[in-house]
Formats: sequence, C-alpha cells, structure tokens
Amino acid sequence: MPRETMTIAQKVESIRILSPDGTVDKKLEPKLPDEDLLGLYKTMLSSRLFDERCFMLQRQGRIGTYGPTKGQEAASLGFAYCINNNDWFVPAFRETAAMLYRGWPMSTIMLWWGGHEIGATPPKGLNDLPICVPVSSQCQLAMGISWAQKLKKTKDVTLVFVGDGGTSEGDFHEAMNFAGVYKLPLVQVIQNNQWAISIPRHAQTASPTIAQKAIAYGFDAFQVDGNDILACIVAGQEAVKKAREGGGPTIIEAITYRLGVHTTADDPKKYRKDEEVKEWEPKDPLIRFKAYLEKKKLLTDAVETKLREEIRLKLDEATAVAEGYRASKTEFFEYVYAEMTPELRKQKAELEEYLAHGAKPSHANELSRV
Amino acid sequence: MPQMTMVQAINLAMKEAMREDPNVVVLGQDVGQDEGVFRVTEGLLKEFGPDRCIDTPLAEAAIAGGTIGMALAGMKPICEMQFDGFSYQSLHQIEGHARRFRNRTRGRLSVPMVMRFPYGGGIRAIEHHSEAPEATYAHWAGLKVVLPSSPRNARALLRAAILDPDPVIYMEPKAIYRAFREEVPEAPETMPIGKARIARAGKDMTIISYAASLRAALEAAETLEDEHRIDAEVIDLLSVSPLDSDTINASVRKTGRAVIVHEAPRHCSVSGEIVARIVEESLLYLEAPIKRVTGFDTAIPFFANELTYIPDAGRVVKAALETARF
Repeated sequence: MPRETMTIAQKVESIRILSPDGTVDKKLEPKLPDEDLLGLYKTMLSSRLFDERCFMLQRQGRIGTYGPTKGQEAASLGFAYCINNNDWFVPAFRETAAMLYRGWPMSTIMLWWGGHEIGATPPKGLNDLPICVPVSSQCQLAMGISWAQKLKKTKDVTLVFVGDGGTSEGDFHEAMNFAGVYKLPLVQVIQNNQWAISIPRHAQTASPTIAQKAIAYGFDAFQVDGNDILACIVAGQEAVKKAREGGGPTIIEAITYRLGVHTTADDPKKYRKDEEVKEWEPKDPLIRFKAYLEKKKLLTDAVETKLREEIRLKLDEATAVAEGYRASKTEFFEYVYAEMTPELRKQKAELEEYLAHGAKPSHANELSRV
Repeated sequence: MPQMTMVQAINLAMKEAMREDPNVVVLGQDVGQDEGVFRVTEGLLKEFGPDRCIDTPLAEAAIAGGTIGMALAGMKPICEMQFDGFSYQSLHQIEGHARRFRNRTRGRLSVPMVMRFPYGGGIRAIEHHSEAPEATYAHWAGLKVVLPSSPRNARALLRAAILDPDPVIYMEPKAIYRAFREEVPEAPETMPIGKARIARAGKDMTIISYAASLRAALEAAETLEDEHRIDAEVIDLLSVSPLDSDTINASVRKTGRAVIVHEAPRHCSVSGEIVARIVEESLLYLEAPIKRVTGFDTAIPFFANELTYIPDAGRVVKAALETARF
C-alpha cells in the first residue's frame, strides 16, 4: 500500500451571538420569552451575589473553603436552561448558577461549603447529582446515567459539566469513548475557564481546541463563547434535541474565564498576571447580558435595584437557614448502608457513650485548617 | 436437585435475576459474544440480547463508573471486571462514588450494583491475574465484600448481592470455578450477606477461612481429626464485610484456640481484623496465641511458584498443632 494522506471529516462549529458590549447578532438571536430572559438574568445575578456572600462567610470563618463561580455564570446556566426536571443534571463544582436555576436552595449549597452532607442531598423532584470533587469522575457517572436512559428507552437526556483541566483525566476520555460507542443521550459541557488552579489551558493539552476531541470519539462538538448566554442556549438546545431524538452525544466547549480565585484557599497572583484578568473583566457574562436586556427594555436601573434587594433578602434567609442547621453528631453512622451493620451499631454506641458524659471532641490541631 | 460447578451456579443466579427483573443487566469486557473468559456469562447474550448483556470497550473505570450511573438512575447492573488485578483500574470510582452516594446524600441516592470478578491464585495465570484484594475493598465503608466457597452458596449469595440495596463486590475464587460440583436446589435461594457459616462443627479449635482457602482449612481439619484427634470447627466467612464477629467469637469462646487462613497477604488483612475482634471480645477465653496462615507480604509469585505462596493444608495443620500444643 502506498503512503497516502487520509482526510478525516471534521466539523466544529463555533458560536457567539452576544458581543461583550451587548450587541446581538440578529440572525442568530434565539426567540426566548421575556420572562425567561429576565429569570435567567436574575439567576446569574443571584449566583454572583451568592459568591460574594459565601466569600464573606468564608473570610469570617462561618463556612469552609469556597470555590466561586464568578465570570462563569452563563457557561453553566445557559445549558441548564435547555433541560427539564426529568433530565439528569451532573455538575462538577463551579455550576452554582445552574444549580440555583435547577432549584437547589441557596441554603443547601451553603451547607455543602459549610461541611454538611445535607448540602450534597439533591432536592426531591430533581434528577440531579450533587457537587463532585474528584475531577472528571462525574463524567463516568453521567455516562452511566445516560446509558440507563437509553436502555430504559426514555426520551430524557443527561447534562454534565467538567473543566478544561478535567479533560486531561482518563475518566473524561473513557466516558466520552463509551458515550460515542453507545450513542448515548449525553451533553458534555466543558467549562474552559483557562486555568486549572495554576495550570493554564495551553499547558493542559496540545489540542488546539478541546471541542475537537469529539471528532476522535465520533460525534459532534460546538465551541461557544461561554460568556454569551445566548450562544450557550442555542448550542445547548441543539445538543439536547439531538440527544433526545437518539442522535447521540455532543461535546460543548464553553470558552469562559475564572475571574476569581480557584478557591478561597488559592492566591492566583502566584501564577497569573493581573493584566490577563483585566482583559477578561469587560467580557463578563453579566455585563453583556444586562446590556442586551436593557436594549430590549426588559431591564432598567429600577428593576436591577429591586432584583438585588430581593436576592439580598433571600441570601440573608439562606444564611440563617444554613447557620441554623443542626445535625446529630452521630448521624454519619446512619447512611453507610441501608441497614446498619452490627459493627457500626457498636461503634455508634461507643461514640454516644463518650459524648453522653459531656465530652466535647477537642483536638490539638483544631486551628490549623485548610 | 442438579449438580453444578461454581461457574454454572453463578451463571444461573444471573439468569434468574435477569428473567425476574428487566432492570438487571450484565456488562463488561467479553461478557457477550465470548460469554466471558471463564464462560461465566454463557448464554446471557443469546437469551437477553445486547441491551441486557453488554460487551464494553476496554476501560475498567468506565465500566465501574457507568455501572454506578446506571444504578443511580434506577437500574440493577452487574459489572464484570475480567480479572481481580484489573479491578484496581476502577478503584477510584468504587471508593469515590459507589460506596459514598448513600451517605453523601443522606439516603436520597443509592447504588444497588454488583461488581463481580474472578479472584485469587492457583490457576497458573500470568501476572495481575491472581490477586486477592478483599482487604482493600473491605476497608471502605459502604461496600459489602462477598467471597463464596461453593456452587450452592455462590448462587445464593450472588442473588442476595443483586437484591441488596447497597453496592456489593463479589469475588469469585477462580481456583474452584470448576474444581468440584455441588447440588443446587431448583428454586432460587438467597443467603444473608454478613453471616458466616459453620462448615464443620468441632470443639477443640476454630479455623476461620473463606473462598478457595476454605478447602485447605477443611482438609486440614480432617487430618487433625484423623492423625491428631483434634476436633476443629471450621468457619466459612462468606462475607468479609460485614464481618460476622458473633459467629467467630462464639466459636472461639467455645474452643479457646483460633487459626485464620486466607491467601491474601497478611499485613492489614482480614485476618488482622479477625484477630482484633477476637482479642477485643474474647481475650480471656483464649488458651493460646492466634495463628495466621496466609499469603506473605510480597507480591504473589509468578505462577511457576504460586503454590508455594498460597496456603495449603499442610501449613494449616502445622499452625493448628502449634496452637494446640501451646
């Protein structure tokens, strides 16, 4: 056989509809009901203000380490808008805006960052997994969930998130490979926020785009401006429709930027330049969506002020609920198995006996927190 | 009652569960067309089709993670790892998710799955095909770890594992896959997971074992009886998590002597846990130090020398006599 150049068919569409200044591409503009647009804006703003509140709570020692979503609100919310409650939603951990939109109470998310399992308990009626810590492992779970959806012949889909760093993990590759082989109803969003803690996007993969990895898995991809909520929605709706109709998975790379710290335990000055952050600040998803809504006469300063006040009250309420939460000290024995084993009963009794005599666990290293 | 091998009994348990519940599916490498490298999944593809007996690409973490996802979404999946040593490539999914979901979500979500794989040495297999990883899995709360020892209990325990609301790691001692046949009842039966079985009643000492090592324990008990007039009780654990402390301690309180036998390495092993449980509960009943006859704290040798490493009846007899003569 001679040497030949093979041409591998490939197509990755990139989409932007809203420019940073809020100018809309009329040809691509999706027709969304006004109340939806305003609802989306309110959720984005809620997420942003939630971040600010949690930052403050962390600094005051009232919750643990917190990972803010600032700058990435559109890149999760736009996709969550495209699915319904029967569909499954599988977050990584920077999808606060999407979680709020799905119906997770603010207090529940606060409790997760406050160190309570109840914060990882999805609200009834939602097919959601909680925040996932081991990077990319959730892609496998979502793949399995979408596999069940297909085997059970439902018309439901699964929406799952991972970051740019997560695409280097074996779990991402394995999940995408299986999704392609079985043509699963899976929408895999990659929030490419340019940084995996201190590792920049270019040091994460030699692939010119992350979206193009879909080509090797045998399915389609989009690359969207992840700070443009309209682009996220248009790509998300197409991918969800395709998945629902049996057309298989889609990768959507949402180009965004982590405007804040990785978590409150992180100091980005050690590895990235302020100028880079300054370049991205005007591309903030809230700025352009706000400008768009103002041009559509849906949003005025008065409405904005009212929204902020409403959200502030909700945050006060959520903070009170979260801080008022009291779980039993020995509750962690209860959910290891459906039925407690004799050994666990024994260990629980041992701890209860210690606590019953007024003991309060105190540890020599209590102050050296993460 | 039909006579069958352990391979046939495990196969039967899967078929029975698949016939009863459309949510039960089997997935793994070569489980379909090839019917499994040990033929454990024989006939499943033919009877249930490719959506119920699913051949997967080669990726243990995706098989495990996909299985967890299926279970979260309401199915009852059984995944096969082709060999014990390859299950390690899915450990992060089992540790990170399978065992944690019930606790993490305060009971809102659970993972009713079974991961099954051929376990242990003794079949002259190449490296990574003869591992005994039960202590690794048993260390993780939220998992149940089951090791059958005969065709009948293999079938009953696999059925129990499939019906269990929590994730079960089901290890199949491959050395006894076809080593002997046993009568298995016509009707499906289950055995409780976490309950040990008295494999041989006795009064002079307690030999505790499980999986393929049970045969060495039983053989040793016969020798002890025939040649040394020592009447040993043999306990077959069947499950190492939960571990049946009550049965172990009741027996040791009666006999005052204990020998523990398994092929896994000794350090941080199931036998270490058993010693602790005996010392905690029954120290003053002991007439002699507890002995352990186990694999050594090395890798299991390549197969040319594997039988030196795996405990045999002779080593059990030697330990038992040392215990008896203390």
